[in-house]
Amino acid sequence: MRTFLGDFLSALRGNRRAAIGSLILVGYLLMALIGPELIPMDSTMRYAERFRPPSLAHPLGTDYAGRDVLAQIVHGSRDVLAIAILTALFTTSMAVGIGALAGYSGGMVDGFLMLLTNIQLTVPAVPVYLLIGSVFQIRDPVGFAVLISLWMWGPLARAVRSQILSLKEREFIEAARVLGLGTTHILARELFPNLTPFVVIHFIRMMRDAITASVGLIFLGLAPFSPTNWGTMLNLAVFQTGAIYIPNALHYVIAPMAAIVLFQLGAIFFAHGLDEILNPRLRAPA
Amino acid sequence: MERGRTQMRWVRRVLLAALTIWLVASITFVVVEQAPGDIFYLMAQEIAQARGVSIEVAYAQVRSMVGYDPTRPLLDRYLEWLRELLRGNLGFSYFYRISVNQILFQALPWTVFVLSIALLLSFGIGVLLGLVIAVRRRSWLDPMVTSYASLTDATPDYLTALLLLILFALNLKWFPSKGAYDSNLSPGLNLPFILSVLHHATLPILAYTLENIGAWALAMKGSAISVLGEDFIAFARAQGLRERRILTHYVGRNAILPMVTGLALAFGGMFGGSVLIETVFHYPGIGWFFKFALDHRDYGMMRGLLILTTVAIVLANLIADLVYPLLDPRIRMED
Repeated sequence: MRTFLGDFLSALRGNRRAAIGSLILVGYLLMALIGPELIPMDSTMRYAERFRPPSLAHPLGTDYAGRDVLAQIVHGSRDVLAIAILTALFTTSMAVGIGALAGYSGGMVDGFLMLLTNIQLTVPAVPVYLLIGSVFQIRDPVGFAVLISLWMWGPLARAVRSQILSLKEREFIEAARVLGLGTTHILARELFPNLTPFVVIHFIRMMRDAITASVGLIFLGLAPFSPTNWGTMLNLAVFQTGAIYIPNALHYVIAPMAAIVLFQLGAIFFAHGLDEILNPRLRAPA
Repeated sequence: MERGRTQMRWVRRVLLAALTIWLVASITFVVVEQAPGDIFYLMAQEIAQARGVSIEVAYAQVRSMVGYDPTRPLLDRYLEWLRELLRGNLGFSYFYRISVNQILFQALPWTVFVLSIALLLSFGIGVLLGLVIAVRRRSWLDPMVTSYASLTDATPDYLTALLLLILFALNLKWFPSKGAYDSNLSPGLNLPFILSVLHHATLPILAYTLENIGAWALAMKGSAISVLGEDFIAFARAQGLRERRILTHYVGRNAILPMVTGLALAFGGMFGGSVLIETVFHYPGIGWFFKFALDHRDYGMMRGLLILTTVAIVLANLIADLVYPLLDPRIRMED
């Protein structure tokens, strides 16, 4: 394990994109973990100080009620990242479970699971989230993560299935079977380790998609459970306070947008770099 | 023999499409059954007040109007819902108290109009860019297109839409910020109306197009690079064909084929994203009404819209499957 981590870090050092990406992601993680402790949130409304431009006291300016925008971004990051990580965890377990079961058992089970996967990939996610989310009245990050992972597992499930199908025919699995090792052992010890690299890359992809989806849904007005979620900030700016019509208030709209885009860029760089590190064939010739 | 196999494939595709629609209809039926509170009781209360009748009478009216009766067994109601769906009735809007169909047939054309233009534009531009950067790997265009693709990949489509709205509609005021056409004009085939429609559709179309060009370009680049390595390209060059002709007729045509199936998928993705984009631009398509239904807890309308969206995407997929073998003779022989 130790050597794996060491190898990984030195590979990271050699890959500029992965290094920049992981730096950005670690930054966001720190912001969510210790940021709220460092930057306290003062939610007193001071309408006289509304929509102040960025200054030393308020590096990202103030909102429609004179409150610090930076503090809101920082406090919101905890909520946004919690949804992202939980969604990726739930989705990955569902997708690996479904894909492995389908690929390993074949036959009727495979046919049924692939039918479900097909439907998940065909029906667009946003309307599904909105219908289910409003009927079941989602109220917290965990509920949100469950909702989003319900309609996100298709691509990874399909990829895991085809990986399992091709791995199943390899000699080392054949050997394990001849040795009389059980199905669980073969799946857990022989097959899953081979899937790790691209599961990790899918995990990052899912975090990105979870942020896009959850912020978008909250922006639309589904489940405004957290006042500082970046989606709530956008919702207030666009639909409630008319900030988008006020040129002076532009920073209030741009701040949550920039927070989202920068996170996404970090995740893209990290995933691309990781792909190059884990797939030697993609590595650019030195 | 060949013919029979093609037919079998078609039967399977159509069955799969029907199964998808049936499952989505059933799941949404079950979900809406879980909706909290008896929304029809609230409607009855309103009617009772407005018309001065007793609540029992009003409730009976609502039930007959909606075709909903909680005392009937669930299975009965489910079968009736399916029967109505087969007849093309997508259900009842709790808010407007009319069939969802009446709303849909106003809204669907706007969404399809914007999506199809955006799809063609982004596909066309993206494919061209991809072809160029595949051939000229060392030009300045390649890194530019790649960075552009990363940047748009990082920006969710609704943020692109929001930026366009703020910049071009609210600040520069070049384009309107709401509606599908100027309400002073009479809809029809007259030039002012058509210009107004295009004027209002520009920003929504631009939002989808800007968002998707990069992905198409990268996909085309990958596809074209693999075609460039084929023997028949070397042969065409050896024959002394002009480079431009090789690019368009040999590389382009072959590289575009695998991307055609992606068109239906992209259409589906854009359809789903229309809730956010149309809300941002106040554009009265399917997506805008979905947001409206969300605000008014109109589960009936949401369900109808979701089923319609599913049908539209399933049809798009079927059409793509139908067209693809016509474009690529190799598929016909293999299958």
